[in-house]
Amino acid sequence: MQKQLREIEERVLEKLKSASALEELNDIRVRFLGKKGELTGVLRGMGALSSEERPVIGQLANDIRARVESELDKRMGEVKAMARNASLSREVIDVTLPGTVFDAGGLHPLTTVARQIEDIFTGLGFSVAEGPEIELDYYNFEALNLPKDHPARDMQDTFFFGPEMLLRTHTSPVQVRTMERTAPAVPVKIIAPGKVYRRDDDATHSPMFHQVEGLLVDRRVTLGDLKGVLEAFVGQMFGPKTRTRFRPSFFPFTEPSAEVDISCGMCGGKGCRVCSHTGWLEILGCGIVHPRVLEMSGYDPEEVTGFAFGMGVERVALLKYDIDDMRLLFDNDMRFLEQF
Amino acid sequence: MRVSYKWLKEYVDIPVSPGDLADRLTLAGIAVEGVHQQGAGIEKVYTGKILAIEPHPNADRLTVCKVTAGGPEDLQIVTGATNISTGDVIPVAVEGAHLAGGLVIKKSKLRGVESRGMLCSGQELGLDPKTMPAEQAHGIMILSPDTQLGLDIKPVIGLDDAVLELDLTPNRGDAMSMVGVAREVAALLGQSLRLPVLDVEESGESTGGKVKIDIEDGELCRRYVAKVFTGIKIGPSPGWMQERLRAAGVRPISNLVDITNYVMMELGQPLHAFDYDTLQDGHIIVRRAMDGDVLVSLDGAKRKLNRDMLVIADPGGPVAVAGVMGGLATEVTANTRNVLLESAWFNPISIRKTSKALGLRSESSSRFEKGIDLTGCLRAARRASRLLADMGAGVVAPGEVDNYPSPYVPKTIVLRPERVEHILGTPVSAEDSADILGSLEFGVQKDGAGLMVTVPGHRPDVSLEVDLIEEVARIYGYNRIPVTLPSGASTKGGRTREQSLEVAVKDRMAAIGLREVITYTFISPEAFTNINLPPESPLRQVMSLQNPLSEEQSVMRTTILPGLLEVLHRNANRKITNLSIFELGKVYLPGGSDALPEERPVLAAAAMGRTSRGWNRPALEKDFYYMKGVLETLLRQSGVDEIYYEPLKDNPSYHPGRAARVTAAGSLLGIIGEVHPGVLDNYELPNRVVAMEIDFNVLAAVSGRAGKYSQLPRFPGIERDLAVVVSLQVPVRDIMAVIKKAGGRLLREIELFDVYRGEQVKQDCQSLAFSLTFRADDRTLTEDEVSGPLKAIQENMAGKFEAQLRN
Repeated sequence: MQKQLREIEERVLEKLKSASALEELNDIRVRFLGKKGELTGVLRGMGALSSEERPVIGQLANDIRARVESELDKRMGEVKAMARNASLSREVIDVTLPGTVFDAGGLHPLTTVARQIEDIFTGLGFSVAEGPEIELDYYNFEALNLPKDHPARDMQDTFFFGPEMLLRTHTSPVQVRTMERTAPAVPVKIIAPGKVYRRDDDATHSPMFHQVEGLLVDRRVTLGDLKGVLEAFVGQMFGPKTRTRFRPSFFPFTEPSAEVDISCGMCGGKGCRVCSHTGWLEILGCGIVHPRVLEMSGYDPEEVTGFAFGMGVERVALLKYDIDDMRLLFDNDMRFLEQF
Repeated sequence: MRVSYKWLKEYVDIPVSPGDLADRLTLAGIAVEGVHQQGAGIEKVYTGKILAIEPHPNADRLTVCKVTAGGPEDLQIVTGATNISTGDVIPVAVEGAHLAGGLVIKKSKLRGVESRGMLCSGQELGLDPKTMPAEQAHGIMILSPDTQLGLDIKPVIGLDDAVLELDLTPNRGDAMSMVGVAREVAALLGQSLRLPVLDVEESGESTGGKVKIDIEDGELCRRYVAKVFTGIKIGPSPGWMQERLRAAGVRPISNLVDITNYVMMELGQPLHAFDYDTLQDGHIIVRRAMDGDVLVSLDGAKRKLNRDMLVIADPGGPVAVAGVMGGLATEVTANTRNVLLESAWFNPISIRKTSKALGLRSESSSRFEKGIDLTGCLRAARRASRLLADMGAGVVAPGEVDNYPSPYVPKTIVLRPERVEHILGTPVSAEDSADILGSLEFGVQKDGAGLMVTVPGHRPDVSLEVDLIEEVARIYGYNRIPVTLPSGASTKGGRTREQSLEVAVKDRMAAIGLREVITYTFISPEAFTNINLPPESPLRQVMSLQNPLSEEQSVMRTTILPGLLEVLHRNANRKITNLSIFELGKVYLPGGSDALPEERPVLAAAAMGRTSRGWNRPALEKDFYYMKGVLETLLRQSGVDEIYYEPLKDNPSYHPGRAARVTAAGSLLGIIGEVHPGVLDNYELPNRVVAMEIDFNVLAAVSGRAGKYSQLPRFPGIERDLAVVVSLQVPVRDIMAVIKKAGGRLLREIELFDVYRGEQVKQDCQSLAFSLTFRADDRTLTEDEVSGPLKAIQENMAGKFEAQLRN
């Protein structure tokens, strides 16, 4: 019987070596190890053995079963791997064919830039405030220390609907409306983004454009604070290496007033076409809120001070993306918009 | 304003280069736009003299000149110039010379005659033709006959100079003069200011005996100084004066006119010279014009005047529009013998209005508009007298008439050092502030801990303590002020719910595949006709601009649709015919609640053509259902449910059979549909267009998500497909409503996955295939539990719609 068992083992192992398909291996498993398999069949004859032989043969049969099973599993693994490899090589595709086409949409670059500006200032604790685009002369000019006949009104050529109604030339009226609502409470800490209008139309001016203005009114707000907030903004908007400079300027609604330049990102401040060879780019106007403006909005300028700033979103977008004609922003040519 | 560096040095020592000076001025609020190095790149051009002019043997329009440029040999030069004569002293570019614009002179032959150089015009030397005497503007520059020969041309005509181009803010009229700029430079560089000399020798009958000045409107003219010159000899002004005027961008004309311009540039006081003998009785009346007054101005134009304008008149009528333009009849000419010089102060607002009304802006009016120094009128008249005497161009009559009814009272302002610190955020001592203000010629006296400051006449823009603080800060240097952060209580900041939704909606529209556009909010009134609106349409009630740039941009939009169609049209013209766009912007509706019109935010979208096609995916038509899918996706993401679509047959902009009115939670959300073919024709669009217009306020009101999540299903559901054939007359929404109702509470999802019309089904019918999902929250459903609802659905469908089941 021992010999019989050895012979079965040898035969099985031989067969395993030559088997190359999963079906064959399953077949082998059933034929040798199954309930009606050869090995079982041999073991059924164990009843005829002596009690000395029985454990020896039993042990041998179990060893053989274990060896065959292990070999079978091993071979099974090998065959599966071969089959997987074969199917993988059949499934090769051309990875250079184009991918499935999705029609992606996108935001207008002005929205992207305005949002970036808003996000920086909301992160600094400013709330977003809005107001009407069709405004009263009072809010657009008079309450901002620009009485009728003030020469500085010429700086902002205005579209009118009537003697007292106009398209706002800046988002500053939102500041006035907010102060009127809040006074005499402090702080007022807002940014006012939105559309503004001036009668200009060329490569660097659009009759409709966008501004973001900011206002902080509190017990003690200084020019140093204004510098601090705007430097933080410039660092985040244009990168930490960008330098800023503040130079005195004039706006009727602020005193002292300043213009902020940033170092030219194109040439790093050495001077180039973009910065007209000065190394600097004018980016925003700002200043300490004029006492008359505070007064008209219901604040006592001896009690509170404030700073205000304003920038053109188009200007920032032109610089950021190196666009040379503002009209492209409102032409809405898909070939232009798809670049953003 | 153009400032000559060389000229400026007459009034102040400048120990820095023109470039550094420009930086210092810019950082003090006198913005320098550019520094122009005069004569840059010009080499080997010398003063020369024309010795002889011969005709060219082969060319009628050329001549052959014999010229000396101071060298050992004379030069033969061929020229096309016509304004030269033998003996003229001219700039000569010799072989190897470099001229403006990079031209290099070589020995050459012109029509067979050798030419060894070139005679130069001002332009070829980099001068602006507008600053050249008229007869030389386009010809050869003629130099003074006593000019030494063989000199480098640059210092001779003032090209060894740099010109600073200033971009002044409107409050700084005081810097519109050489002395004004020099005052700034002196304060910035710690130098002292040298003022021009005024004393002059006078003779003859006194001015007072020859002139009478009446000011009728003391508001509009606060001061009028007159001075008389006799024995005038009109001729050219000296070279140094012409050079300086050229540098300032002013064309030299004659000695007398040049003096008035020179003094204006030097001191900022505009002057006007009248031919004294053309004035009646030497009597000047400063008054408002009378309606109907007419004046022929210097340029020969007839100007109609009105009561808002101030004129200079004599007893016979107006002789000049005050501060804006002189009259032709009293103009100084080559024959003028006696002159009345005017040096006056006119009201800035009046001048501004008048020059605007007449469309005349001049160097004079732009100075008066900004407010000149009331205390400086006399000084300017005397300075002009001195220059006239120095040139020997006439005799200065003794004294002057100075009609000055209410002399300047300087404002006094208290400056508190603690206020300086409060505004700037850094302390500046009273002494430092006093030094700075003193250097700008403010009067400063100590007043307790603070300063008592008096404002000089040249700074009418300064009236408050903060104005002084700005003066201190700008000379101290903005960039020296330390950077701090606001010290107040911290605030949260951020966007309102509506603002956040606006951000989210734009992001969602982009994610769905549409591209955002921004169009002008003012449109053409034609647009309403283009979108088929009838004359009585309320959308034609618009806010109209009084002063639009063009008819195309003259009314505020009441709908965004035309703007989007314009974008499609422009893109289609560029062969871009497949696109999807959206805009979130306002429409402007007259008659809002308060004084202002209503500004209503609208989300509008339009799509044309097809989606992109790929090798593995066909293109999809951008039809009604495409746009409806966009809207449904947006609304689902915005947490809006219960949306209803009603056929919209009567909107003239949309296809009567392919448009819908959309309501959500009982409110009208907007409209969606295919754009009317007639409208497509008006916009010359090649493909059909679908569009929608959604009221953003309504969207904001109905949007929102549940605060809590709903539990995920814990037990599997059972899916059943159901296909029915129904009449095309039955809206699918009704069928789905019946399914939902009959399906009961176990029916959780209804998905329409196929619609078929064609040979397989009856005419006028369609086959609809639904996938129904039944599910319970607390157990796994059995087949038996589903069969009841399914049967109910089938019976209801058959009963209500005569639907046939299809398998």
